[in-house]
Amino acid sequence: MLRYIGRRCFYMVPTLFAISLVAFAIIQLPPGDFLTAWVTRLESEGEQVDPAMLDGLRQRYGLGEPFYAQYTKWISGILFHGDFGESFEYGRSVSSLVLDRLPWSIGLTVFALLFTWIVAFPIGLYSAVRQYSFGDYLATTIGFLGLAIPNFMLALAMMYVAYSVFGLSTSGISPLTIGIAVVVLGTAGTAGMIRVLRANLLDELKKPYVVAARARGASEKTLVIKYPVRMALNPFVSTIGWVLPGLVGGEVIVAQVLNLPTTGPLLFSALRTQDMYLAGSIILIVSVLTVIGTLLSDILLAWLDPRVRLGYR
Amino acid sequence: MTSVLPDADASVTGDPAGGDETGGRRAATQRRLVWWKFRQHKLAMVGLVLIACIYLVALFAEFLAPVSSSTFNSEYTYAPPQQLRIDSDAGLYVHGYTSTVDPETFEPTFEVDKSQKIDVGLFVKGDEYELFGLIPWDRHLIGPEDPDQPMYLLGANRNGYDLLSRMIHGTRVSMTIGLVGVAMALILGIILGGMSGYFAGKTDTVIQRVVEFFMSIPGIPLWMGLSAALPHEWGPMQRYFAITVILAIIGWTDMARVVRGRFLSLRNEEFVTSARLDGSGRPRVIYRHMLPSFTSHLIASVTLSIPAMILAETALSFLGLGLQPPVVSWGVLLQDAQNVRVLATAPWLMIPGLAVVIAVLALNFVGDGLRDAADPYKK
Repeated sequence: MLRYIGRRCFYMVPTLFAISLVAFAIIQLPPGDFLTAWVTRLESEGEQVDPAMLDGLRQRYGLGEPFYAQYTKWISGILFHGDFGESFEYGRSVSSLVLDRLPWSIGLTVFALLFTWIVAFPIGLYSAVRQYSFGDYLATTIGFLGLAIPNFMLALAMMYVAYSVFGLSTSGISPLTIGIAVVVLGTAGTAGMIRVLRANLLDELKKPYVVAARARGASEKTLVIKYPVRMALNPFVSTIGWVLPGLVGGEVIVAQVLNLPTTGPLLFSALRTQDMYLAGSIILIVSVLTVIGTLLSDILLAWLDPRVRLGYR
Repeated sequence: MTSVLPDADASVTGDPAGGDETGGRRAATQRRLVWWKFRQHKLAMVGLVLIACIYLVALFAEFLAPVSSSTFNSEYTYAPPQQLRIDSDAGLYVHGYTSTVDPETFEPTFEVDKSQKIDVGLFVKGDEYELFGLIPWDRHLIGPEDPDQPMYLLGANRNGYDLLSRMIHGTRVSMTIGLVGVAMALILGIILGGMSGYFAGKTDTVIQRVVEFFMSIPGIPLWMGLSAALPHEWGPMQRYFAITVILAIIGWTDMARVVRGRFLSLRNEEFVTSARLDGSGRPRVIYRHMLPSFTSHLIASVTLSIPAMILAETALSFLGLGLQPPVVSWGVLLQDAQNVRVLATAPWLMIPGLAVVIAVLALNFVGDGLRDAADPYKK
């Protein structure tokens, strides 16, 4: 088990490195260096910039040096001092800004994931056991709709109903907005999850051991729950790997629509004002957390299913 | 398509060798078998018809839309949708509007006035345009007989743009951005997935790592970062292509996985071995012998990845990071619907979202049908 975890963590290193490169590239993408842009804007607003401070900043970020030198400076600051740079828009350090909002993002994502599981499990189970029944068709239809409706449309529609039918306020933090966000984010993944669980369970239900158990007179209920469901649950755990990136991405948009204090709207406003250190850091942090989430799901899967950890040798 | 039995069909000879191998009897081609199988999938057929209609709308947008996408009348802000009515003596007509000005905010609100009638005609003269960019014309399928009268079948937005016309014009961008993006993703996917599956070993490991990397990072923040970094002075066309490239950068991984899986299962087949023994070079084996044998699978996964691209473009444009206003797409139209208060006064601004849902659903159905039909021999 430890060996599996070690190996899996080792595989993560190139991924994390690549993510940091991409995040840094995004910081560098806007034409010209951001400091000049910032100074021009400040001066157009009639403010004076202290040249000594400018030189200090230039030194700190290694501006004018080649890409790899700037990158080394940036990444070693993050790794060794937890220094993500400074947000020019807010005049605060990026890490404190992000830390304020990160708990909301993580909480929202975790709740959405739980929602996905809680909803998808019984529906998927039902659709597989009662294949081609009315309920199965209903679940499939809802699944298709869930895949086809953009997240933000669903959020908008629910906000509209809450606002104009029930007269509720739908902005900022309230149990209602958080509830809407969790449901909207959850449904996007639920559709896919139901499909996977249904397909897996259908495969399992046709296997000889199920027939054998049935022939021995096991009741249908215990039979299904005891054997095939356990088998079909494995992919259920591994799906975190592909549901999570979608959830994190969806969260950015849905939180923007609902005006929730997560990292999403912060990223959005940072991108609009070209506050690139903030934007790049958020992309970096969110991606790294996603990769870690996937790692956790893989470890959980290996713990549940010995074949996985043995197959990795 | 006429319904013909597989063996009795004499007109289909796509495969020149087919006739000899089946002992004088003509066999149905693979393409034909796939089509037969596909037709049994009812939802997929419905989807196919819908998609065909949507692309026809995109093709004839200028003619079908009552006005051009840049025509607006600022007197009619947030005018609600009118219902198109038909009368035996007056023909087609819609009711006019009466406006009341709010005494505090001075904002006009419009209501449909049942006492006014505005005659609506088919093939009426309106804004001039060039069909397919070539044929100058000024007829529109439907419109008010008197061009100065208001006709807003799906309502108007804040600036008095006609939502119906803008949606019809937006179809073109929204439906093609997915196609172009998928085409790029397909090329990347075939090259990299093909290499991965054909050479196996080290190449495979490296490419699989790259694929896993792209799949493990959340796409939307990355898309947002990349599209926000596009230079502001870029014109609509440059932006359009940049966005498709961005969509393709993330979208190629699925395609690569499909191609790789197919290659891995095909590389030990007899016909591949014999082609190799025949002295065919690697590119020839890959592109002439292996690729055609799973084209149908490829088409299925292409169809299934267009909706994802459409949704991504809509989300990006909705946030204001994708295409910018002079260009009209469904996502750009939905930008108007960002605020709940606006939605409460003008709920019809959400209608473009309905178009997105219909298009995505239809494409998903077609893709599902194609996937089932891709292997017509499978029971």
